[in-house]
Amino acid sequence: MTVQTDRTATHDTPPESNARYRSGVMEYARMGYWDPDYEPKDTDILALFRITPQEGVDPIEAAAAVAGESSTATWTVVWTDRLTAADVYRAKAYRVEPVPNSPDQHFAWIAYDLDLFEPGSIANLTASIIGNVFGFKAISALRLEDMRIPVAYVKTFPGPPTGITVERERLDKYGRPLLGATVKPKLGLSGRNYGRVVYEALKGGLDFTKDDENINSQPFMHWRDRFLYGMEAVNRASAATGEVKGHYLNVTGATMEDMYERAEFARDLGSIVVMIDLVIGYTAIQSMSAWARRNDMILHLHRAGASTYTRQRSHGVSFRVIAKWMRLAGVDHLHAGTVVGKLEGDPNTVQGFYNVLREPHNPIDLARGIFFEQDWASLRRVMPVASGGIHAGQMHQLLTYLGDDVVLQFGGGTIGHPMGIQAGATANRVALEAMVLARNEGRDIWNEGPEILADAARTCTPLRAALDTWGEVTFDYTSTDTPDFIPTATPA
Amino acid sequence: MRLTQGTFSFLPDLTDRQIRDQIQYCLDQGWALSVEYTDDPHPRNTYWEMYGNPMFDLRDATGVMAEVASCRTTFPGQYIKVNAFDATRGVESLKLSFIVNRPDREPGFGLSRQEAEGRHIRYAVHSYATDRPAGERYG
Repeated sequence: MTVQTDRTATHDTPPESNARYRSGVMEYARMGYWDPDYEPKDTDILALFRITPQEGVDPIEAAAAVAGESSTATWTVVWTDRLTAADVYRAKAYRVEPVPNSPDQHFAWIAYDLDLFEPGSIANLTASIIGNVFGFKAISALRLEDMRIPVAYVKTFPGPPTGITVERERLDKYGRPLLGATVKPKLGLSGRNYGRVVYEALKGGLDFTKDDENINSQPFMHWRDRFLYGMEAVNRASAATGEVKGHYLNVTGATMEDMYERAEFARDLGSIVVMIDLVIGYTAIQSMSAWARRNDMILHLHRAGASTYTRQRSHGVSFRVIAKWMRLAGVDHLHAGTVVGKLEGDPNTVQGFYNVLREPHNPIDLARGIFFEQDWASLRRVMPVASGGIHAGQMHQLLTYLGDDVVLQFGGGTIGHPMGIQAGATANRVALEAMVLARNEGRDIWNEGPEILADAARTCTPLRAALDTWGEVTFDYTSTDTPDFIPTATPA
Repeated sequence: MRLTQGTFSFLPDLTDRQIRDQIQYCLDQGWALSVEYTDDPHPRNTYWEMYGNPMFDLRDATGVMAEVASCRTTFPGQYIKVNAFDATRGVESLKLSFIVNRPDREPGFGLSRQEAEGRHIRYAVHSYATDRPAGERYG
């Protein structure tokens, strides 16, 4: 297939139909995949791609090619198009603009008719939108930046089995972020020792503990042992505190049958939450979501593998799109970044992910990477999870950036505490409650945070020890995934 | 033991001044306050007794504090909490809930285990206070 560079003038001239269907190769733009006058319908699925065309390829033709290859086209004209309402089924690139400050990249807006997609299927949606097209030769890189899912399609998905509001009601915990920790070391502990960490962390003040993404059923700890000891720990901690507690039991396995077996065992032991990894795939996630809905279970999703395709700005899929797909697929928790921790995360970009997960409606917000208005049509809200390299000394920053509806996970920051795991958990809980109290009292926690923590530490030795150990630790690296639009300051 | 349900249970018991500030914050958000009490603080006892209906039309922290004081006088030896309710669509639930009174002695909970098939164990959390009839539970 060849793509010419000097055909811009002909893009707007649809060929006569007999010429249009003559056998041979034709530019995608001329085949009907570029329509600058197209007005997207309320029921269309919209996608925004960042396209880096190969040298010499016209951006409009590249956009049309992406529209073509992600909908009906093949590399050559086929007469069988004429047996269909071909113009309806052709995706249409309707707008192409250069990316600010990136001369070789263009944004392309593409509209897809609703009938191109199977209702309620992330697998089908993604097979089109990110199917063949990312390997297409005419483009050197391609990134799916954002999507608008029309209400008509949103309503074909059941969404999160529990959602933020009902999760809080089941836990009877309101008005503050939830607290969690991932058991460490993530690999190697026996079931009996693993449960010890769970008990200490939950009794000390955390709401949740968590299996890590790669803890499944290994020689050092078979899954049933982990589940049995873990639930002993959860129930002991619940009796010791009078609170509802949970441990995300990772039911990820090699087959759906394995996962169902593990999830059923977790349910039979009285667990309130099970966990899956993103690497199990979209269909398996939707199956587990349906299972969680049938079994009154909170479903925690760890985004294992996501950074392989979300992190680089030029190629892959933005995490904001993954977040939208996962809200549709139906998970209750999704790891979405910490801003201040050890993992990638520009503040505005991460807030964009959070807004996608937990708002009923997203307005266009270019500074946070949101290109489309999105109405979630009462689809339940997903609790974002902030995990990775965060500690009690950052509590004012975490609360400011991430708000109340989030699970803050302090793994190392709990288990690595110099006075022990319970003390580590207590330090985090006291720091959090002191910060929420101060914020609600109207204090400026962004600036007074360290002072608020120091005051709380006067009556809490574990918090004092945590601040002495980690108070100064930061991970200050430049983010790779940042918005392209920085709002211009408005003169006062 | 110390029951750690509620938003601020890991902090020293809130003073009336602190409680009032939190109530004012809730009123500023447009939430409705209510007062509930119980002598059965089991973690899954969802329905504490209502000390009157939620105060949807009361926008004054002093009035809410008067309800708290009245509940404390009537049930001095029980758990009392203040709830803030948000009627926004998509929430329609509590946004803050914190304990403002607790008994002098908190007996806590036992964990009973029933050994079942294989290594299965069925757990039940049991509130010691409820071994005695209502009204006689906290000394």
